Amino acid sequence: MAMLDIGIARRFGAFDLEVEEAIPLAGITALFGHSGCGKSTLLRILSGLDREASGHVRFDRDIWQESATGQFVPTERRGVGYVFQDARLFDHLSVKGNLAFADRRSRKIGDRPTFDDVVDALDLAPLLDRSVTALSGGERQRVATARTLLSRPRLLLLDEPLAALDGRRKAEILPHIASLPRRFSIPIVYVTHAVEEVGQLADRMIVLSAGRVAAKGPVEEVLSRIDLGPLTGRFEAGVTLTVEIVDHDAEWAMTRLDHRGQPLLVPRIDGAIGQMVKVRLRARDVALATERPSGLSIRNVLSGTVRQIAAEADTAYAEVLVDVAGVGVRARVTRMAVAELGLAEGRPVFVLVKSIAIDRPAQTHRQDDV
Amino acid sequence: MLSSIPLPDPGPLILTMQLAAVTTLVLLVLGTPLAWWLAHTRACLKPVVEALTALPLVLPPTVIGFYLLVLMSPRAPLGAFWVSLTDTTLTFSFIGLVIASVFYSLPFMVQPLQAAFEAVGKAPLEAAATLRAGPLDRFFFVAAPLAARGFLTAIVLTFAHTVGEFGVVLMVGGNIPGETRVISIAIYEHVETLRYAEAHVLSAIMLVFSFVVLMTVYTLNRRFPLKTV
Repeated sequence: MAMLDIGIARRFGAFDLEVEEAIPLAGITALFGHSGCGKSTLLRILSGLDREASGHVRFDRDIWQESATGQFVPTERRGVGYVFQDARLFDHLSVKGNLAFADRRSRKIGDRPTFDDVVDALDLAPLLDRSVTALSGGERQRVATARTLLSRPRLLLLDEPLAALDGRRKAEILPHIASLPRRFSIPIVYVTHAVEEVGQLADRMIVLSAGRVAAKGPVEEVLSRIDLGPLTGRFEAGVTLTVEIVDHDAEWAMTRLDHRGQPLLVPRIDGAIGQMVKVRLRARDVALATERPSGLSIRNVLSGTVRQIAAEADTAYAEVLVDVAGVGVRARVTRMAVAELGLAEGRPVFVLVKSIAIDRPAQTHRQDDV
Repeated sequence: MLSSIPLPDPGPLILTMQLAAVTTLVLLVLGTPLAWWLAHTRACLKPVVEALTALPLVLPPTVIGFYLLVLMSPRAPLGAFWVSLTDTTLTFSFIGLVIASVFYSLPFMVQPLQAAFEAVGKAPLEAAATLRAGPLDRFFFVAAPLAARGFLTAIVLTFAHTVGEFGVVLMVGGNIPGETRVISIAIYEHVETLRYAEAHVLSAIMLVFSFVVLMTVYTLNRRFPLKTV
């Protein structure tokens, strides 16, 4: 498979960024980390906007940067699309003018996707004649994404495009972004500090911490690693399960899901029986019990085995990774609970799930208090 | 009554407009790259160039005029070169006036443009680069339209300031009808020769012209917030 081959070093005073990585040019790769970890800088280096890094960047067989030979391809000749956190629309042009700006300059590259394809994919038809200064934050990001697609890039870089948006606006754009790799067959590198977005969008992730790669791999695998601790977020940490819709219960307005033979219930979601959906279990919404509890409002009780326990020194908490039918589920409990329940690796436990978020791209709202 | 108002000689008026127009054009071509460089450079030379550019704001016009006179005299290298090229002197010529005005009005072109380019910032230019726009493309189709108001201000101020120049012209150009006798010099001469009526007419024209120009700028700025297309 074609790869984006990165071997760069970039210094700013006390901070330095060093990344040796090969990113497959397919699907969505999330570049994840807390602010200041160097992820946006890495994106700027890949696009050629930051020229201060030493080392190499190669896109498949094309050399974009090679310090040893002094080669450097300027941004406009790399064919990288870049969606900025602040959209960066051209205020002197209308929505249509912004799109046409990109369209005109990439005609020699090809005519796919067409103007209409992109307008359709991002639902922009009603906005075309508007001034960009009259758009909402979510609309601005949709226009920015469309404009970038119309420059017909070979690689799409997204720099926290949702960071400035509220929950509802995020939900409005996420499905559009999730559909891009399939719809336009373009690889995406997606920078974010939000674990939820990674779970919903990405196929694989690279965790950056203080300028170094701290972890990488398929999203489900990296997110179930409790040894990464705060790197993948304490409060929002969790895992994503891919489950099947079994049936809908019209009377109680519930939908029954199946996770490898174990049932899960959520308030009714749209979707055909047999369809696979992604659900997200946040560690803080998962409780553990050593016996199957009764007389409990929580409907979702899975059985599993403790695989790993990571106590956080100096805090009240511990992260417990439970193997549920071969998939790791994280639970955030107190160290006291671990001790009093006698939790240990290999011990069978029941996993109580208080809340499930449905991550299926077509439906991204959170379902609380199941 | 009307017949008692002397009609002014149109010569100085036309010459003044020509001088202002040529100077503005030359400064637009030279001042834009200078303003661009000042807005984007991080070179340690920047404050030096900024100070040099601002000098005409604080120096008495006679000082600028004096040095330019020395530089352009046929005995100085620049003046001698011009004589060998054209058989005419730079001093006391229209071209000499243009050169002097370019120096004199430089800050009025460069400072509004620099401020406009700084306000546009790097962000839209970076976005344009990721949309396959090369450097000139980025300048003409992103930076320049976004800085349109700055251009308008710079052009009008440069033009108006050149129209109003006096000291430098007096030093470098003298008072040759049709060549260097601009409106401000003509007014001065009328007053010197006690022809107050003529001085009144020309002064009134200057006053009204300057007011109309400035009002146009402010009105345009308010009515069209420069969102075209």
